[in-house]
Amino acid sequence: MTRIIYEFTESIRIAMAQIRANKMRSALTALGVIIGIVAVTLMGTAISGINVGFDRSLAMLGEDVLYVNKWPWTPVDDWWNYANRPFQRPEDAVKLNRIIAALPDSQLEFAVFSAGRMGSIKSAGNSVSGVYTMGTGAAYGRILAADFAEGRLFNETEDESGRQVVVLGYDVAQALFPGRSALGATVSIQGQPFQVVGVLARQGSFLGLFSFDNQMVMPMGAYRKYFGIRDDNTDIRVKVKDKTRLDEAREELTGLMRRVRGQYPGTRDSFSVNGGALFKEKLDPIKRGIALAGLFVTGLSLFVGAIGIMNITFVSVRERTKEIGTRKALGARRFTILLQFLIEAVSICVLGGVVGLGLTYALFEAVKSTMPSFPVAFSVILVLVSMGVSVLTGILSGFVPAWGASRLDPVVALRYE
Amino acid sequence: MSPTAPVESRQVRPVGPLVIAIEGVTKLYQMGEETIHALRGVSLEIRRNEYLAIMGPSGSGKSTLMNMLGCLDTPTAGRYEFNGQDVAGMVDDELAEIRNKEIGFVFQTFNLLPRSDALRNVELPLIYGGVPAHERHERARQTLIDVGLGNRIHHKPNELSGGQRQRVAVARALVNRPSIILADEPTGNLDSKTGVEILALFDDLYEKGNTLIVVTHEEAVARHARRIIRLHDGLIESDGPAF
Repeated sequence: MTRIIYEFTESIRIAMAQIRANKMRSALTALGVIIGIVAVTLMGTAISGINVGFDRSLAMLGEDVLYVNKWPWTPVDDWWNYANRPFQRPEDAVKLNRIIAALPDSQLEFAVFSAGRMGSIKSAGNSVSGVYTMGTGAAYGRILAADFAEGRLFNETEDESGRQVVVLGYDVAQALFPGRSALGATVSIQGQPFQVVGVLARQGSFLGLFSFDNQMVMPMGAYRKYFGIRDDNTDIRVKVKDKTRLDEAREELTGLMRRVRGQYPGTRDSFSVNGGALFKEKLDPIKRGIALAGLFVTGLSLFVGAIGIMNITFVSVRERTKEIGTRKALGARRFTILLQFLIEAVSICVLGGVVGLGLTYALFEAVKSTMPSFPVAFSVILVLVSMGVSVLTGILSGFVPAWGASRLDPVVALRYE
Repeated sequence: MSPTAPVESRQVRPVGPLVIAIEGVTKLYQMGEETIHALRGVSLEIRRNEYLAIMGPSGSGKSTLMNMLGCLDTPTAGRYEFNGQDVAGMVDDELAEIRNKEIGFVFQTFNLLPRSDALRNVELPLIYGGVPAHERHERARQTLIDVGLGNRIHHKPNELSGGQRQRVAVARALVNRPSIILADEPTGNLDSKTGVEILALFDDLYEKGNTLIVVTHEEAVARHARRIIRLHDGLIESDGPAF
């Protein structure tokens, strides 16, 4: 056992001496690994960054919420089958709630209708247009995935009495009331006075497409009065009791909606049931495919680096054939020689890995300072994984030449000039 | 070169127990279509504290016999026992163990590691033998002092003269206290004066009780030994005292 430790430390010493003695050669070989490691870590982080962003976006939709829409959230080829579907109506939600209330074993908790369109808002000289304006019920407060920066959602009474109150998205509040509280202020929407009862905390953008902070939410009564529900963007949001049984809930909701719509058996659904988790399920295979393809392509650059390592180890074995013969004559066993060249290959790879990680770190800092919203993280796991990859690359690429060296006949090796 | 050692004054020391016993050893090499009979049946006994020279023209099987004695190679047929152990049937790593513990090599071209200092070079067999670091340093240092290089311990091979390099190699061969020291043309790369110095060192080692086997084609070198074996065409032509 101690002998292996001595041989190991001796191998490391030899490897270091060898790298020092061939600085240029080692540096150029390591460069291949550096490029490979940078490419792979960047790609890996980009993929996990996209995943994190994606999950964060989907969480905004609520993990335990199903959406009844006219269109499915994933693209369809047979659009003509969807175009003539009806929009959701507030009455649909009312009927749904009545049915759910009568079913004690239902997986569904309640439904809330909402409608939305673009609007503008003014306050004391400041105005913001293109704000997503949503009308919904007080129950929306129980499915809202965001926190409140201040205030609250309107309550049942305010909803039913058609009070003109509004909750602002973070950016809207910041634009209208920079640096001060919006709570209690009166704003003008569609020329009507509304009182601000709450401001949502910052949520960020959904898949980078639109901002959840650029919205305002008002009671359905007020919305209906000033915006109307014509062929609007409407949906019914349904809270699910158990988010681990989403598929069951979806089945049930589909059945209940067909009842609400009075659909005959055998006809196509006149609506689509959507949801963040369901959306994720559909997109996951695509994401995985993209991730694999990305890692494969960047992995190729690491592979080229590995070939460089293998080549240089072959050269090193060839150059030092006589030395191998001498070492064997002095009692080095096959394993000792194998270890010596493997460690040499691994050392160059680890050197490349460390420099590569350093470069990646610098690149991350650059990305962070230019695109603060892009979720990149320099993690311990990243360090461990890339060091692991470096060591593995060294072992795999160094093995064949090192194996050859360990099998050399000492008589032949000693005679080699 | 013609080293003229004080041949007349030397004594033959009493020999000890059997170290090497070779019987009917043959070695065949396949060179393409041709089979080369490097050794055609060699029998030989070497005892502790012998000083043996192996001579012969090139192609006589001299190198093959040396590789065999040094456990670098195994015979095609025949018996080889080293300190009573059957070497002929050993695999690579077992042979490495024997070489490490029992045999000290001195090469014509010194074969020192160029980037390691004298101490490191001498320590190498001890590293492969699993000797702890402090003991390793001490033994290597002492052995270097013994061969007269006490003031060159941290010199690299390229900072040493040819004779000094060969002394480092001799120290490396001695450091594991082997059963035999096997020297292949030890003066072949040295000028005559330095050659004489190395041979004097060998004489000294012999006087201290070491077993020496020197492979050479030079009579003057062989004359330092107490026994000379002459090979010809893979067979022992003569085996007798050097004088």
